[in-house]
Amino acid sequence: MAAVATCGGDAGSAGSAVATASKSNVTSFQRRGPRVSGTNDSGPRLVSITGTRPSVRNGQLLVSTGLPALDQLLGGGLAVGTVLLIEEDKYNIYSSLLFKYFLAEGIVNGHTLLVASANEDPANILQELPAPLLDDNCKKEFDEDVYNHKTPESNIKMKIAWRYQLLPKMEQIGPVSSSRFGHYYDASKRIPQELIEASKWHGFFLPEKISSTLKVEPCSLTHGYIKLLQFIQNIICEEGFDGSNPQKKQKNILRIGIQNLGSPLWGDDICCTENGDSSHSLTKFLYVLRGLLRTSLSACIITMPTHLIQNKAFIAHVTNLSDVVVGLESFIGSERETNPLYKDYHGLIHIRQIPRLNNLFCDESDVKDLGFKLKRKLFTIEWVQDNYLRQERNIYPPGFSYLLKQKDSAWGEGSLQHSTFLMSFLAKATAFASRLVRHSEPLKQTGSGRIRQAAGPRLWHDGRRQEAPGLLGIPP
Amino acid sequence: MFLELNNLLNTTPERAEQGKLTLLCDAKTDGSFLVHHFLSFYLKANCKVCFVALIQSFSHYNIVGQKLGVNLTMARERGQLVFLEGLKSAVDVFFQAQEKPHPLQFLREANAGNLKPLFEFVREALKPVDSGEAGWTYPVLLVDDLSVLLSLGLGAVAVLDFIHYCRATVCWELKGNVVVLVHDSGDVEDEENDILLNGLSHQSHLILRAEGLATGFCRDVHGQLRILWRRPLQSTSQRDQSLTYQYKIQDRSVSFFAKGMSPAVL
Repeated sequence: MAAVATCGGDAGSAGSAVATASKSNVTSFQRRGPRVSGTNDSGPRLVSITGTRPSVRNGQLLVSTGLPALDQLLGGGLAVGTVLLIEEDKYNIYSSLLFKYFLAEGIVNGHTLLVASANEDPANILQELPAPLLDDNCKKEFDEDVYNHKTPESNIKMKIAWRYQLLPKMEQIGPVSSSRFGHYYDASKRIPQELIEASKWHGFFLPEKISSTLKVEPCSLTHGYIKLLQFIQNIICEEGFDGSNPQKKQKNILRIGIQNLGSPLWGDDICCTENGDSSHSLTKFLYVLRGLLRTSLSACIITMPTHLIQNKAFIAHVTNLSDVVVGLESFIGSERETNPLYKDYHGLIHIRQIPRLNNLFCDESDVKDLGFKLKRKLFTIEWVQDNYLRQERNIYPPGFSYLLKQKDSAWGEGSLQHSTFLMSFLAKATAFASRLVRHSEPLKQTGSGRIRQAAGPRLWHDGRRQEAPGLLGIPP
Repeated sequence: MFLELNNLLNTTPERAEQGKLTLLCDAKTDGSFLVHHFLSFYLKANCKVCFVALIQSFSHYNIVGQKLGVNLTMARERGQLVFLEGLKSAVDVFFQAQEKPHPLQFLREANAGNLKPLFEFVREALKPVDSGEAGWTYPVLLVDDLSVLLSLGLGAVAVLDFIHYCRATVCWELKGNVVVLVHDSGDVEDEENDILLNGLSHQSHLILRAEGLATGFCRDVHGQLRILWRRPLQSTSQRDQSLTYQYKIQDRSVSFFAKGMSPAVL
């Protein structure tokens, strides 16, 4: 599939009261299809950039995040000109892995990289990128992986929660040969040195850049953020990502990666105190950064340790100022690690926000409970098949779902046992819960003189156990 | 412009009320479809619109506007639409020192500033032109959205002052309308946002509140819209009228239905 997209300047914006720069406006938010030639060009200009494809919904230009599973959840990929914010997991294991996948995807596609970090030298980060999987020799191994993956549980037909069997499983996509969009990476191997040397990258390592004290007027952004913004703007201008350099025939995408933004190493105290001095430095940085991205052919990934930010309202602000927000929650060290429901997964992934670009609505996936697992060659995201509903949702009484799962596996065939178990259990639970209400009602004499009993914890009546007491009305 | 929403609000572009402040707020969902509705509504009503778009770029509104039947590029060239693109202007004001005060000057200031330059910009944009060319009916100010100003370091009081000045100029002096969007943070405690939201709720004539469903995400019903008509200046005890509808957003329109009457359920 040839990825075509139209990239070009808007017709010159005229009549705007705000004085804007006179250079032509390059954005990626263009309609798909050939442009009507109103300029000097003869005929439509169709430019194709490697590693991009237009979105099927609105013609937006998309790049891959490096994880085909995540691309699928985001509606095809990350739109050029937007920010992908990753809320780090507690020990920064999987978020740094997603960061590296994004950068590795840029190297494989030949995009220019800009890596910014305050705690690690960008050259070292690039050395640690995972190796891309080439197509042929890994396809066999991948098929073997898929075979081993089928656990016995997925073959059991569900008796009680049978509706969950009808829900679609998320497909696992295997490596497609000759795909120009979205590659797979082997997390255990390092990227070959020649690929790094062939790529073009710029590094921003904060301790190096900040050593020279520059005279800036007091602004409420911290010094590190100001330097980073100036660095990014320089690269965009010099290399023509904003369309200001018309001699460049081959357009390219700039992939920006910023690691651990908001951590104290950047000079920001948002993670340390609740209302610090530089409390709006980070939001202003995000705003100006997004302004830079919208007017250039670039995409940005930011990892942020939001679990350290104590001011929850601030996280809401940051979410509103970003485009795509993905949260990672790993099970390491939490009680979910030993929960048998989650034994196949390494953590949960929450898609917190997807932008509505050029459209009134966005492609949200129906599935909201997603877990991820990292195997050597594959990072998969799947719907957590918690078939018996989750205790956290309070739909069934607590403990019921786990009990039901045990019973389901114990009573292989008999469906009558299942349904009577379900009915009696629910009846007991509702009766127990309603006893406080019922006991406040006065007991009335009925015509036959028999005392009508309130439904209570009494399940034994006349020496025989009632099947569904309290639910079916007056016991005989 | 969504025709169903016009019916619910009982207005048409020809006979819309003037001098009103409309507050749009959203909680747990995205209320930007209301902004697109009002933008296309007032452009079709032949009003002079000043749009302060702080959260998205011009081409985004343009493409959605084309789906709704208005052409923002043409409106801007004709002079009907004055568009302040927040993201692009922020880059300009941040990297180059400006001689005259820029509408987004507060980005360069270290401590909490005020929105006076932005108000000057709005007043300049909506000033009635004396030369008597294409007569626009009345001016309209549209802001998307005010919560961004809070997250960029301004205080709630500064934003309320700005809206007060805008109302005095646009609503009372020029007999126009003001429409603003504010995010409701919900259960997250955000004092500044709550102050702003409460203050604006008391001043506004019409409140449109888009909420996500309490039970979570649903593919067929995207949310619930509460419409509240208020009479803030009259002390007569005419009760505020309130209606609730559920909605589903489609490609070019939004369909509204009573609660529980979604076509997917019936």
